[in-house]
Amino acid sequence: MKYETQKVALPFFMVAMALFTLQIVFGLLAATVYAWPNFMAEVMPFHIMRVSHTNLLIVWLLIGFMGCTYYLMPEEAEREIHSPNLAYIQLAIFAFAGVAALVGYQFGIHEGREFLEQPFWVKILITISFLMFLFNTSMTLLKGRKTAINLVLMLGLWLAAVFWLFAFYNPTNLAVDKLYWWWVVHLWVEGVWELIMASLLGYLLIKMTGVDREVIEKWLYIIVGLALFSGLLGTGHHYYWIGAPGYWQPIGSIFSTLEVAPFFAMVVFAFTMFWKGSRNHPNKAAMLWALGCPTIAFFGAGVWGFMHTLSFVNYYSHGTQVTAAHGHLAFYGAYVMLILGVITYAMPQIRRVQPYNQVLNMWGFWIVTSAMCFMTFTLTFAGVVQTHLQRVLGMNYMEVQDQLGLFYIMRLGAGVAVAVGAIMLLYSFFGPAREQVPAGGTQITAGAGSA
Amino acid sequence: MADGLTKSAARNIFYGGSLFFFLLFAALTAHSHWYMVNVSTDSEGLTDSVKHGKEVWEKNMCINCHSIMGEGAYFAPELGNVWERYGGHENPEAARSGINAWIRAQPLGIEGRRQMPAYDFSEEDMNSLIDFLEWTDGIDNQDWPPHPAG
Ligand code: HEM
Ligand code: HEM
Ligand SMILES: [Fe+2]
Repeated sequence: MKYETQKVALPFFMVAMALFTLQIVFGLLAATVYAWPNFMAEVMPFHIMRVSHTNLLIVWLLIGFMGCTYYLMPEEAEREIHSPNLAYIQLAIFAFAGVAALVGYQFGIHEGREFLEQPFWVKILITISFLMFLFNTSMTLLKGRKTAINLVLMLGLWLAAVFWLFAFYNPTNLAVDKLYWWWVVHLWVEGVWELIMASLLGYLLIKMTGVDREVIEKWLYIIVGLALFSGLLGTGHHYYWIGAPGYWQPIGSIFSTLEVAPFFAMVVFAFTMFWKGSRNHPNKAAMLWALGCPTIAFFGAGVWGFMHTLSFVNYYSHGTQVTAAHGHLAFYGAYVMLILGVITYAMPQIRRVQPYNQVLNMWGFWIVTSAMCFMTFTLTFAGVVQTHLQRVLGMNYMEVQDQLGLFYIMRLGAGVAVAVGAIMLLYSFFGPAREQVPAGGTQITAGAGSA
Repeated sequence: MADGLTKSAARNIFYGGSLFFFLLFAALTAHSHWYMVNVSTDSEGLTDSVKHGKEVWEKNMCINCHSIMGEGAYFAPELGNVWERYGGHENPEAARSGINAWIRAQPLGIEGRRQMPAYDFSEEDMNSLIDFLEWTDGIDNQDWPPHPAG
């Protein structure tokens, strides 16, 4: 850690991880209801669990992005954060808003559109906090060195704020409502968040592989170009069946298929830089995340996304467990792993120690990642059966669900494994730092000299 | 890869191309908006009651169990075409009282079956909600879903 104010990131990481833990708890509750439908039916109906689960995800990812940005910005801009105090205040507002929303949900206080259920005043607080964050980081950038990494990152964050404003627009016409709802949801995860993802990955790769910045930054522009050229019109894959014109079927199919390209490019990018790299970075666990993140994102977003994105496939699979399968692996690979990776990289430097608890961290990596994959597989099987019985044969929804019980039990099992792995990760981040070097040392670090 | 391409060229392509695709996307969205209001949905039939029905739908967060036109949660049946499923096209009165009765019958409390919570709707809220579902069923959405099952 070269700059004192990089440590501003620490409370962001801690709050993010606390909310991540809660997200998993609510996910487990919801998955239990799927397995045993009467579970907590009176005390906490399913919709409350689900809204808590998804909102916690969004809130902690945003807090995580902020933490990553505060950590990265001083090094890239070569100056201290404009105002650390502003950062702490803005975190307090955001965390308060997120927790207040969560508590409110338990008492039925909410709005009613998926993912945007936060009450109006919570949305306002989130907006204020995010603007304070953007001001703070942009001031740091303006006065400091401008690199492709920090410019693309800030562009992604600013655009995320701009598209968020559509959350305030709720037309009375349901079709129009959906049209703009996707301007937040899709343009975030398959648009501007990819800018955040690519630039944070680029940062990790510069630091850990030692590959020349020029090369990495050129790749970065190519990747984010691919992301927006495909992802903007790719929104059309959500406009097939909501009352929009028929031309979205070809446009959405073609451009959303192209959305696979940036995710594939990120895999090639990460592995190429890894093999090219000359630096033998001691934080092997962070390197593992930096390679794992684009890989799982490619499968979750790219492969699982493509699976149901062509309009004539989506006609049958739309809104089934296939969607839930894809949603889980895509979010996990692209954004959860990204933030966990940056935390793994940053924590030893924030704590001013050599990389620690590396073996534990890697166990956490493998357990959570394989459990999320397993969850995705079971949901995919459930979704395929559901699609066939309900959408092809026309069987009644509830009768079809009765056929899927085994898959839901396996999903719950996978969820328990995710929770175990997540506890290991949390302990490896925040627990006592023990020096642990992976057995066999250097295999994970490739490069000119090592084989 | 792309050895002939310089970093600044890559940057310019990114900014220029993104702006181009954004404008194209915004234009198509504007057209789709127009199309929804004028062609695919019944703007005249979007009465105060339908509007209120959407508020009831949102206030009770039905979306976190059900899907509507395929979006939402996957825990409970699709409701974008529930009007059709209850026979609303043939017999609107029967569909209306059928949906009403279903909601009023909750919770069923059957062991081993997913539970829908009980809602204490006023007659006005209930009617508006059903008006909203009827209106939604009328959206011309490329014949989705494939079967009335939703
Ligand atoms: C990291 C990137 C991505 C994330 C986080 C993500 C996440 C999600 C989520 C959560 C949904 C469900 C939304 C809802 O509740 O209705 C969804 C739907 C969908 N996604 Fe993605 N996605 C990503 C990338 C992609 C890509 C690259 C493709 C295409 C190649 C794709 C294709 C789809 C399709 C077709 C649907 C609609 C499913 C349906 O009809 O029910 N996604 N995505
Ligand atoms: C213990 C682990 C987890 C369990 C048991 C679990 C369970 C669930 C359940 C039961 C739902 C509701 C599905 C429905 O609507 O019927 C859900 C939705 C969702 N979960 Fe999880 N979840 C877990 C972890 C995660 C993680 C780590 C992420 C982020 C990567 C995530 C992201 C989501 C998203 C985006 C949705 C909405 C999906 C959609 O609308 O398509 N979950 N989860
Ligand atoms: Fe999408």
